[in-house]
Amino acid sequence: MHVSTITEEYIRDRLLRGLREGRKGLLSYRGISIITGTMPNAEGSAEVSIGDTKVVAGVKIDVAEPMRDTPEEGTLTTAAELLPMASESYDPGPPSPEAVEISRVIDRGIRAAGIVDTEKLFIEPEKVWGVYIDVYVLNYDGNLFDAGTLAATSALLTSRMPKYENGAVIREGDLGRLETKNIVTSCTFAKVSNNIILDPDGNEELFAGARLTVANDENYLRAMQKGISGSFTAKEIGSMVDITFERSKDLRKLVKNAAGE
Amino acid sequence: MSKKESKDLMIDGKRLDGRNPDELRSISIKANVIKNAMGSAYIEWGMNKIVSAVYGPSEALPKHTGDSEKATIKCRYTMAPFSSLEEHGRPGMNRRAVEISKVTSEVFSNIVLLEKFPGNEIDIYIEVLQGDGGTRAAGITCAAVALAMSGIPIRDIPFAVSVGKIGRTLVLDMNKIEDNYSDADVPMAINPRNGELTLLQMDGILTGEELSRAIEMARHAGETISRIQRNAIGEQYGQIDA
Repeated sequence: MHVSTITEEYIRDRLLRGLREGRKGLLSYRGISIITGTMPNAEGSAEVSIGDTKVVAGVKIDVAEPMRDTPEEGTLTTAAELLPMASESYDPGPPSPEAVEISRVIDRGIRAAGIVDTEKLFIEPEKVWGVYIDVYVLNYDGNLFDAGTLAATSALLTSRMPKYENGAVIREGDLGRLETKNIVTSCTFAKVSNNIILDPDGNEELFAGARLTVANDENYLRAMQKGISGSFTAKEIGSMVDITFERSKDLRKLVKNAAGE
Repeated sequence: MSKKESKDLMIDGKRLDGRNPDELRSISIKANVIKNAMGSAYIEWGMNKIVSAVYGPSEALPKHTGDSEKATIKCRYTMAPFSSLEEHGRPGMNRRAVEISKVTSEVFSNIVLLEKFPGNEIDIYIEVLQGDGGTRAAGITCAAVALAMSGIPIRDIPFAVSVGKIGRTLVLDMNKIEDNYSDADVPMAINPRNGELTLLQMDGILTGEELSRAIEMARHAGETISRIQRNAIGEQYGQIDA
């Protein structure tokens, strides 16, 4: 995407002075909203916006074949779709490396935090439940990692659990919830002009030298991903981890509220 | 699945969801929902939830898809993998989506002043987030609002609706279950200014006389649909950003 030199200099200059468009500081989030259950055909769904970034996650649960190496466990599949409607720079077609990276980082956090216990998704030999999470990006303005993780986690926490009876999947009526435990969220940082900022927006991501996503639950780091060609010092990484544990308290609260817990 | 027949779809002249044969589902449209787009809109039409966005005009790429005398409309209709109550779908285009995208491109090629933008493309995206029958009609109705909001010059704001047949009764705007077991389905898009049709598809069994009545029903429903479209557009122009 093209950003004018004037825009770039303006943003760099403001960042140097610790100022950001419509924010309290370098380490604050834009406004976040999470609404669950927006797409009732899906077993679970959540719409998340962080500033002008808008994503929707849908969860479908189907009867699936187990993976060869784990014949008695259910499967979990996460995909991210950067819809061409979300940005002028997204093209139709197979998932870009960017989309694959986002989906894999979201997937790692969810798996590592053990939100879905796949061992409980066994039905009968050769048949297990497959949980499919699709994160659809409707409008891009940076930080898809955190928006995607919030949406995927919130959708999972509010999913219905279909039943399998006499060879048929029952998706309506008296259903319980998909059993979940734990909550994972992520905090994404970017380095712009030697400043570390939290929750980079689309303009800030454009000239970020390095990016770090830290996914965690209350006590542990669960997934990390460093991106873009720049680097971080060990000290910078330590401080981003500290900030993540601090900021994630609010994120978990937002997820809990949205999930009605 | 037990075999259902169309006669089960109506009881005492009422449809399963309580509607009369000539009754639309409830429709609401909100314009300007995708900030990055030139124009966008979100529609809830019954249980359908669809978002549409318009980008362009921009240079047609790859070059051979462009026309040196006029703009090319490139529509892309897709359904999210979580959009149905059935199993997880595949994202992107299947043969059905390719066909719907093609006929939808033709609907909008009819009303955009294409000659203003030679060599350019105009991209119209329609994403079905939740589907419950009649998604192509709802998608076109929604995309027409997105296009109007984009500022690209157009001659008219088309609406679309489907008319079906249950037994011997023509019914307006079928939902998914009706669509699955009905005797005929006729999706149409119409330019309200001259009443002409720019989309017409049909499958099932229908007499010529029934088709005429179906078109009349669609035109009549268009008065309501067009009003909802115009209100969605008007709401945005009513809000002046300081």
